[in-house]
Amino acid sequence: MPTDASAAERSGRLEVRKTYKLYVGGAFPRSESARSYEVTDAGGGFLANAAMASRKDARDAVVAARKAFAGWSGATAYNRGQVLYRVAEVLEGRRAQFVDEVSRGEGLTRDRAEQTVDAAVDRWVWYAGWADKVAQVLGSLNPVAGPYFDISAPEPTGVVAVLAPQRSSLMGLVSVVAPAIVTGNTVVVLASERRPLPAVTLGEVLATSDVPGGVVNVLTGRTAEVAPWLASHMDVNALDLSGAAVAEGVSWSALEAAAAENLKRVVRPAGTGGDAVEPDWWPTPGLERVRAFVETKTMWHPKGT
Amino acid sequence: MPKFQYAPAPESRAVVDLKPSYGLFVDGGFVDPQSGTSIKSTSPATEEVLAEVAEAGAEDVDRAVRAARRAYDRTWSRLSGAERGKYLFRIARLIQERSRELAVLESLDNGKPIKESRDVDVPQAAAWFFYYAGWADKLEHAGLGPNPRPLGVAGQVIPWNFPLLMLAWKIAPALACGNTVVLKPAETTPLSALLFAEICQQADLPPGVVNIVTGAGATGQALVEHPDVDKVAFTGSTAVGKQIARSLAGTRKRVTLELGGKGANIVYDDAPVDQAVEGIVNGIFFNQGHVCCAGSRLLVQENVAEDVVDRLKRRLATLRVGDPLDKNTDVGAINSAAQLARITELAQAGEDEGATRWSPACELPSTGYWFAPTVFTGVSNTHRIAREEVFGPVLSVLTFRTPDEAVAKANNTPYGLSAGVWSDKGSRILWTADRLRAGVVWANTFNRFDPTSPFGGYKESGFGREGGRHGLEAYCAH
Amino acid sequence: MSAPALPRPAAAAEVDVDLASDASLRRFLHGLPGVDQVGLEARAAGLGTRSIKTTAKAWALDTAISMVDLTTLEGADTPGKVSALCAKAMHPDPGDPTCPRVAAVCVYSDLAPVAVEALRGSGIHVAAVATAFPSGRATRAVKLADTRDAVEGGADEVDMVIDRGAFLSGRYLQVLEEIRAVKQACTAADGRTAHLKVILETGELATYDNVRRASWLAMLAGADFIKTSTGKISPAATLPVVTLMLEAVRDFRLGGGRQVGVKPAGGIRTAKDALKHLVVVSEVAGDDWIDPDWFRFGASTLLNDLLLQRQKLATGRYSGPDYVTLD
Repeated sequence: MPTDASAAERSGRLEVRKTYKLYVGGAFPRSESARSYEVTDAGGGFLANAAMASRKDARDAVVAARKAFAGWSGATAYNRGQVLYRVAEVLEGRRAQFVDEVSRGEGLTRDRAEQTVDAAVDRWVWYAGWADKVAQVLGSLNPVAGPYFDISAPEPTGVVAVLAPQRSSLMGLVSVVAPAIVTGNTVVVLASERRPLPAVTLGEVLATSDVPGGVVNVLTGRTAEVAPWLASHMDVNALDLSGAAVAEGVSWSALEAAAAENLKRVVRPAGTGGDAVEPDWWPTPGLERVRAFVETKTMWHPKGT
Repeated sequence: MPKFQYAPAPESRAVVDLKPSYGLFVDGGFVDPQSGTSIKSTSPATEEVLAEVAEAGAEDVDRAVRAARRAYDRTWSRLSGAERGKYLFRIARLIQERSRELAVLESLDNGKPIKESRDVDVPQAAAWFFYYAGWADKLEHAGLGPNPRPLGVAGQVIPWNFPLLMLAWKIAPALACGNTVVLKPAETTPLSALLFAEICQQADLPPGVVNIVTGAGATGQALVEHPDVDKVAFTGSTAVGKQIARSLAGTRKRVTLELGGKGANIVYDDAPVDQAVEGIVNGIFFNQGHVCCAGSRLLVQENVAEDVVDRLKRRLATLRVGDPLDKNTDVGAINSAAQLARITELAQAGEDEGATRWSPACELPSTGYWFAPTVFTGVSNTHRIAREEVFGPVLSVLTFRTPDEAVAKANNTPYGLSAGVWSDKGSRILWTADRLRAGVVWANTFNRFDPTSPFGGYKESGFGREGGRHGLEAYCAH
Repeated sequence: MSAPALPRPAAAAEVDVDLASDASLRRFLHGLPGVDQVGLEARAAGLGTRSIKTTAKAWALDTAISMVDLTTLEGADTPGKVSALCAKAMHPDPGDPTCPRVAAVCVYSDLAPVAVEALRGSGIHVAAVATAFPSGRATRAVKLADTRDAVEGGADEVDMVIDRGAFLSGRYLQVLEEIRAVKQACTAADGRTAHLKVILETGELATYDNVRRASWLAMLAGADFIKTSTGKISPAATLPVVTLMLEAVRDFRLGGGRQVGVKPAGGIRTAKDALKHLVVVSEVAGDDWIDPDWFRFGASTLLNDLLLQRQKLATGRYSGPDYVTLD
């Protein structure tokens, strides 16, 4: 846990600091570029060095996500729900750590940080419960004018690249990752540039719950550097631009234009016109984010003897 | 010479009363374009000029969008859902009442066989209006929240393969949800949309709710990029779809895209083989193969490939290619010279790359644009004819050995619109359908459409769904 | 059972099928491609939309007339009724000598001699139903005696019914052997051999898969024709069933077998229906079957509608029931 030097003096023991690495394919590599950057607290104090992911790390993360897709999307909805609920359990167990990271990173009071972490865990549980209901709510049996059984059901879009919200480093993160993976997508998430620590810790939570490696891949680094590679990647099926709001040097319209090359499904950042704002993540969401990353598949079959 | 020769059975053209020229349909009336230019719509079967239609310029598009905005603000968005629905029911009935006229006109302008425009395009178009009419006052039950709101003005650009039906797919849900529309029909097939404009007048649809701007690509671009358009819906090629997606990047316009495909039609060795052959034929030769969801890649299990291909060839020998207005025509004219050139070029590439080309003996008319039904065997996934959308009556036959291989080959494409599966074994069908990355999977059937049934693609075949409850999503804020 | 024991060959002469047991027949018949009901019916309906006009219609109407097995199969049939029918068969339209005659007259076996006498020299065949028609529920001895009666009575075509009970309970060998036995009984003492039409009674077979299997079983057993129905059970001949049976005869020949004819019977009452069937014959089986030797319509009222349409085509006026004969 990063802290200041005086703590060591007070306790008389030199503390063991944590290294924040990437989370890719179920492992925790450093950036292949061997770069890192300084993460500070809200007041500018040093918190940790985070790995500064490169385009090649992004590429590796997409490969890992693609590899994990068949297994995760092929799992039963019940199983995905169980696995995601397990994540919530492990999140809860790390509550103190998240409170510490959120409070320092976002400059929140301890009380507010605790509320935030609690809400984030609850949000995760909310989405976990959707796993085996989405198909019933978004699917349909279609009464076609002929002797056919005709059914439509949502299926995961594939690999989703997510720019995590810049300000809300845990609540926002959970609110964009959970709806993508609950239906069977796999995700490459680019953490909040300045507040990446909860994302890395979430990676550790995922690694120690039952989520298969590669289902969620966490990159930390410069949004402006990495996001274009994700936006233009031809093996990424969807792009969530939520974190383009208030990201330094990032043009969401350029990212959306790059995403057009393979017709990614794009979730634009909140806001009006060309502006992008980070929304309030607290209100209970609807199914918009789940819906954004599913494809409706319709199947026909004749009925006869 | 076959013993049983069908005498010509042409549908009469007399039912269609074409004017020499048409203006734009804006704000409830036909107006001359400010652009002052026009395009000719010809019959692809005879190359005869059918009519001249206006080519809308940017200022004409602007005029239409302003009319749509006015209608949205002043009338349509204020009307109750029940009243909107009644207008749509009226339109549906008018399409049925004028079905013969619409069918003949569609076959004249598009080149498709009259039996298809008569039995598929026109009745389906009416069915779409009927279906969405009923939704207009029930939107709160659509799963889009308690109070779904319309988006505003929809700019819609449709292709030439199903001119009237694509119009219905676009306009019916848009209007049901409370939007107003500006629709651009395809450059080569504008006439049924103009007849539809007359139907809007007969239905007393308030002026400006539906506007039809004819023209080519530039007209479409002006419409899509118009700043006062809230929603863009496009059906057409993937290349143009990508351009549109790029041009709308960074805006707040909602978009749905229905694009190309390279559908795989998987025939397992236990398929009901006679019906599979019919499905293969229907999959690729329906509408001259001008179908985005065509089953253009036949993936047949190697142990039955020879038998299936033999049966297919025997069947193709009975296809009747020719006059679209003849009621016995199975395969009509290629829609345009440009499309014919594209098909010809790709078929040549198939030969050059070493695939084996076959067509049944058939006499093609000397004028107009024609292409004989064509089957390529010995095709591999690296051949252009196995990868690129031909959008014509050209089938590529590939083989597979195991279900895994079938699925892998079927999915090995940037497209993801449709697929077919043929087998008598239920669990194998479901297993296969689960793994196909395609928006529509037809099992033991092919090319079936219904207004209640969502249709649309994965991957580069576009996004959004048309049809069913899902089709409302594209036209509602929620 | 007094029927003579038949040799039981291990395989059909023409197509390589093991005919030795119920089990081997079952393996073969259940290995035939499945039939999807919806797809088959859609195909038949599609062919049914063919538009047959002017010269094509004229040709098709005459062809259809020449394919009619003019039929009376009533308990109340009498020599008088049969004689009248034979007169009609020879001159369907007395006012028009260009009108073709029908292919055959079809009667119960006891009335075959009446028909033979009435049609002598006309070239019109005499078909007799046999084998405890229409139910087929009798001992094999009775069925064979019935068959021999028909042939001895002069019938040159025998329309037998299969044992649907045996078929539906999987006793395929029994069905096969019975057809073989009847086929053998079709050869008279003087060496004359009647053509054997095997009635599947498709309405009782219930599924199209069964129709395909029964078609093959009949062909393997030696049927010269396969026929849909007795006319006593509904549904009888439908366009999808006939389409399927035409696929079967086509495939049988493609597989090395001989050409087998098809006869829809029962339910085809209008010229329009008959023309639809001819379209199916042409497009599914091919030209080789467009011939009274290979395709027949088992019908009674159909003939008059064909004649009415023929008159309309010739005169340009719609005709009426007073201008065709009732027999």
